[in-house]
Amino acid sequence: MSLLTAENLALVFAGLTALAVLLYAILDGYDLGVGITLPMQQEAWRDTAIASIGPFWDANETWLVLAVGLLLVAFPAAHSAILHALYLPAALLLIGLILRGVAFDFRAKVKPERKIRWDRTFKFGSLLATFSQGFMLGIYVMGLQYSVGSVVFASFSGLCVTAAYAMIGNAWLIGKTSGDLQRHAIRQCKLAGVWTLAGILAVSAINPLVNANVYQVWTEPPLAYLFAAIPLLCFAMFALGYLALKRLPLPDDRGAWLPFFICKIIFICSFVGLALSFYPFVVPNQMTLYEAASSKESLTIIFFGAVVVIPIIAAYTAVAYYAFRGKADGLKYY
Amino acid sequence: MLDTLLLSRIQFAANISFHILFPTITIALGWLLVYFKIRFDLSQHPVWMRAYRFWVKVFALTFALGVVSGITMSFQFGTNWPGFMETVGNIAGPLLAYEILTAFFLEATMLGIMLFGFNKVPRWLHTLATLLVALGTTLSAFWILVLNSWMQTPAGFEMRDGVAHATDWLAIIFNPSFPYRFSHMLLASALTVCFLVAGISAYRLYRGDNKKAPRLTLKTALFTAAVLAPTQAFVGDLHGLNTLEHQPQKIAAMEGIWHTEQGAPLVLFAIPDAETQTNRFALEIPKLASLILTHDLNGELKGINEFPGAHPPVAPVFYSFRVMVGIGVLMLAVAWWCSLRLYRKGELSPLQYKVLIGMSFSGWLATLAGWYVTEIGRQPYLVYGVLKTSDAVTTVVSEQVALTLIMYLALYVVLLLAYVKTLFWLAKRAIEVEEYDLSLPGLPEQKAKLANEGAEA
Repeated sequence: MSLLTAENLALVFAGLTALAVLLYAILDGYDLGVGITLPMQQEAWRDTAIASIGPFWDANETWLVLAVGLLLVAFPAAHSAILHALYLPAALLLIGLILRGVAFDFRAKVKPERKIRWDRTFKFGSLLATFSQGFMLGIYVMGLQYSVGSVVFASFSGLCVTAAYAMIGNAWLIGKTSGDLQRHAIRQCKLAGVWTLAGILAVSAINPLVNANVYQVWTEPPLAYLFAAIPLLCFAMFALGYLALKRLPLPDDRGAWLPFFICKIIFICSFVGLALSFYPFVVPNQMTLYEAASSKESLTIIFFGAVVVIPIIAAYTAVAYYAFRGKADGLKYY
Repeated sequence: MLDTLLLSRIQFAANISFHILFPTITIALGWLLVYFKIRFDLSQHPVWMRAYRFWVKVFALTFALGVVSGITMSFQFGTNWPGFMETVGNIAGPLLAYEILTAFFLEATMLGIMLFGFNKVPRWLHTLATLLVALGTTLSAFWILVLNSWMQTPAGFEMRDGVAHATDWLAIIFNPSFPYRFSHMLLASALTVCFLVAGISAYRLYRGDNKKAPRLTLKTALFTAAVLAPTQAFVGDLHGLNTLEHQPQKIAAMEGIWHTEQGAPLVLFAIPDAETQTNRFALEIPKLASLILTHDLNGELKGINEFPGAHPPVAPVFYSFRVMVGIGVLMLAVAWWCSLRLYRKGELSPLQYKVLIGMSFSGWLATLAGWYVTEIGRQPYLVYGVLKTSDAVTTVVSEQVALTLIMYLALYVVLLLAYVKTLFWLAKRAIEVEEYDLSLPGLPEQKAKLANEGAEA
């Protein structure tokens, strides 16, 4: 096992943690997005929208537990440094997640006249959780420092993430619904897309200005040429998405999943762009992932577990998505 | 202002106390649902599906509360107890990682199929999903109890430069207190569910529900409780003996033994006084504690005085232990009293219904009290003999901890009330459903044949 050196293991676990964060952002992103833009106009719309994420939200949220868990076990020093600095927003994130998670179940089980109250709780909780995540990301990008500038930036980042989740959430709804609700989702997706694009542009401009390291990564040839492909692909996807949304819905529901697919690529590009900016730091400008990694023996034992178990997780997740393919219908508990 | 250490301890206690309520139900309820589902698959009788469908709703709600309160826990380690991972992260880390990888994803993904997939997947897959959810919750309990037991009776490691390193994973997993704690917790979960199911079923029957399903679930729950309550007493006793061997100061606090003595009495009730190191108003049975713990009337039991600076506070451990045992004895008595009547006469008296309704959540109290005994009884250590709680705490300012604590507490009170109210509301709604609705999908080919029978289910 000469390949499993402490350095390689640290890199592998950084990759795994990053993958868990990315999968979380995409997967819980779409179900949080459905929550943020929960259409309050009609009860039937809300039922369908929530039914579309019903079988998935729980497993989606587990990626956050995995991401935080991997950070905790593989990079304990970074885990405490990051969460120490993000103490209050993390608490707000948790309260948001608690509210929406329970509202999801309570709404289907309480007296009918109380249902709307839990729907509002669901929307509010989704919004609080999303904004907190964006805020945490903003503070992280600013080097985990609190100043007037960083708080303003973090609040802006909170809005960007809210727009991005709203975009992918409605893209999911386009695939999962039909008729009026689908047309509603198309409009919402377009609107959220514009804000997301504005957000990505602004963050891309500000990030290299505040982090010298980031500026260097993106401007130093030859890697800079390679990296330039990432924003190009991202912006191409926005253009393609805009064209697609203008034409949808098509007869026979063709292309209904295209926006969701495009959103996924946009998420991947943005995430890879951010991750590259910070490599090799796990706490920006303070701690590299090699410094923060835990002992080799512990990482090795988790590594073998992960190699065996992650394909199994992927397999049964595929079974679940296959079982609930197609349009969301009135979801009932049996 | 209270200091960060105390506030962090209160916050952790509040979060984990709230969290443990829900897994305590889902661990055993998952297996009860497997039982209902398999009985339905074998008999095709709709009454089993009725029972399944009612309790799967309770399961879903409980599971959701368990998941979201559990996410909080994964953040708490780093936010409030950074010293924990810094010192024992090499052992705790892999255990937590295995819990997430083997249990969390399995239960979360299969839950979707179990709740919403009845008409979308083949029958066998739905039964399998139910089974895997139950397996997932139990696996999760396995890993987290491994970690907790290791914190009580650490084994299979060595300390290098103040950091624990694993030397023997089998010794870590099957550490001395693990088998006892794990069985004790699984039985606690089973008894909690028995009394919850009995209580809600009793509520429906008492309110005039004359369908078969609540009668069936009442009988299942009561007979199971009648068998498990004495089993739990036996396992609890073994667990106590194990604790005496490895953590004698915890036993001293549980039994209220301030000074080492031979032929120690069993203190039924007292007010332990830490100032004078005595029990006030003690009601005792001579020599019984020595007999139970050492199997000798004059056996010696170590007192708090033997552990200067390394013993837990006596009063909370002492009282919690009595609450746990008291509820356990009450459960045993009620389970037998009701089971006998149910066996002989086929139904319970109104008084018995009322008692069962009142005891719907008694398992929660006993479980919480039991955890307070073992967790407060471990103090002042976080990891027994390795790491003190005060050395692991965060440097976050106390105002922030206090603020978040207040937010969590307010939220938990609201959610707990909503949960209990919703359970009884679900029961009330189930009473009103008059007939078995044949338009509901999922019944087998024989559904016409069973329709009349089903109407009473």
